[in-house]
Amino acid sequence: MSTTRSGAKKRRVPTQSSSSRENRAGLAFVTPTFLVVLVVVILPILWTVLLAFQNARLVDIQVNGLFGRWTLDNFSQVFGSPGFWSSLGTTLLYTVGSTAGSVVLGLIAALALRRPFRGRGALRAAMLLPYVAPVVAVSFVWEVALSPQYGIVNEWGHKLFGWEDPIAFLSTRSYEVGLFGIHFDIPLALLTVIAFETWRYFPFAFLFMLARLQAVPAGLEEAAEVDGATLTQRFRHILLPQLMPVIALLSVLRFIMTFNKFDDVYLLTGGGSGTDVVAVRVYDFLTSRFDVGAASAQALVLAVVLMALLGVYFKFFGRKMQEEAA
Amino acid sequence: MTPAPTTTREQAKGTAGPLPGARRPRPRLTRAQFEERFFGVLRWVVIAFLAAITIVPFSYMLMLSVKPIDALLLDPGSLWVSAKDFTLDTYRSVLRSSAEGGQGFLGMLLNSALVAVATVLLTLAAAVPGAYAVSRLKFFGNRQVSAVFLAVYLFPATLLAVPLFVMFAKMGLSGSLVGLAVVYIAQTVPVSIYMLKNYFVTIPFSIEEAAAIDGASRLQTVRRIILPLALPTLMATGLYVFMIAWNEFLFALLFLAADPERWTVSLGLQQLANGIEVSKTVLMAGSVVLTIPVVLLFFSAERLLTEGLTSGADKG
Repeated sequence: MSTTRSGAKKRRVPTQSSSSRENRAGLAFVTPTFLVVLVVVILPILWTVLLAFQNARLVDIQVNGLFGRWTLDNFSQVFGSPGFWSSLGTTLLYTVGSTAGSVVLGLIAALALRRPFRGRGALRAAMLLPYVAPVVAVSFVWEVALSPQYGIVNEWGHKLFGWEDPIAFLSTRSYEVGLFGIHFDIPLALLTVIAFETWRYFPFAFLFMLARLQAVPAGLEEAAEVDGATLTQRFRHILLPQLMPVIALLSVLRFIMTFNKFDDVYLLTGGGSGTDVVAVRVYDFLTSRFDVGAASAQALVLAVVLMALLGVYFKFFGRKMQEEAA
Repeated sequence: MTPAPTTTREQAKGTAGPLPGARRPRPRLTRAQFEERFFGVLRWVVIAFLAAITIVPFSYMLMLSVKPIDALLLDPGSLWVSAKDFTLDTYRSVLRSSAEGGQGFLGMLLNSALVAVATVLLTLAAAVPGAYAVSRLKFFGNRQVSAVFLAVYLFPATLLAVPLFVMFAKMGLSGSLVGLAVVYIAQTVPVSIYMLKNYFVTIPFSIEEAAAIDGASRLQTVRRIILPLALPTLMATGLYVFMIAWNEFLFALLFLAADPERWTVSLGLQQLANGIEVSKTVLMAGSVVLTIPVVLLFFSAERLLTEGLTSGADKG
């Protein structure tokens, strides 16, 4: 009680000391968190950068310690190997395909489940299953279901569509498809992996978009309906602009996550049959060749490419997004 | 999967389009009426499609887990299990320890649970003070620190994998479950800070001011007032972290692959699925065992979790 009374008499002094007290409290609270992030995230990343410039194999590091001989060999090895560029291209295709797929399917799902109907709650819950379930379990289910020997997909394809030979979805690099008399090859394994990723992450997009849709004021749409706007017009001119910031955010988030993705591809195809994304290559360099330097260099190049892409994105779209958010 | 709605759209057009005008001469549909009907039908097609792609894979998993491998090989296309095929031997075989001739999933469940719980505790302990500071207190470097916490998201797990792999090999910690939990913090702290921060900013300042006037220190305010208020959010964050740790695969593979005693369920399932000795239906039982804990946890707190994740999305 006495402190408040004295604070009322001399107003300036307590406010100053309280703001510096707040400053100190803020630093005190943030320090433990920052230290943890420093130790488990920032320092390892910096170490990766160092390793990328050293000719390091796992055994060498055990002996040499933190600083070895500096070299650019890893980068010339990475850029020089023919597999790297195609792998980067695969990563991009995979990322763009999966991001677009999951966001579009999520949007469609959010629009379909927007208005209540019997069983909506149950379906909504079921739709979260692919996102919640462990990746190892669901990728195993896909593997079995798509198997050419005992998979249900090939069995039904044979029965319903008359497929002559079972299709090895996960180990066919390119598959010839005839449509209207034109024959062309599609990268089947890559498309299957993209389909898997789309399936697994559309619930995430769906959740965000449904939340946003339900916050759109009902009056907006009603007014447009009274003015004679059709359903597609209302979607195009009212809902879509409202959803755009969420769609942009989701696209960026999914792009970042998928670009660095390892589990899904590794579990489904092991990185074979035209699905060798860079993350899987890093793993191979690390575990089968024990070439830590080259693995670090590739991981670093991957991160730099991602940051460059994001930089370009934010340069062109970032300002607009910030304005809308403000 | 995305092309499917467009093909179903074609089908829906075929059935819904010509019907109204064909029977009796009626006034032509306006565009608005046509769209209402067309999308009214399409909506149900989409709903059926979504139900199929989400429910069928999981019922397929359940169904395969209760039949012997011969039944699968005999009729791979069946989506049902007949009464004479039904068996729970798959579960017995997958859960039993390897000493008893099983696959030892019970032990792996314990390992997974240990790692996941340790990760939850460590993550919350690390994230709560930071999230509180960033959301409530004005201090020097506030914005920079928030940016660092977010930037963590930009770095691939593979970038962390290399040095952590080396570091743990050096410290002799590879193969340690607690070591694994420490590594998982890197994956879980950013999203935890984000979720907690979103909640902390909604607590009115006046509550804290009242506590301060009553003579509570900052630490007491956080412990007695903020944390109890944030309990649902803490639980949601904890559950989400649990899910991430339970489902994680890459680091488990890097650190534990050499030591079957310490395998988590995810790792164990993948390692066994790579071989050909264990039958697919037994492994399917393993998948069910791996999936059920997270699914149960998730649905027990579904509303809490989805709101915790998407709060902020509705603000645009």
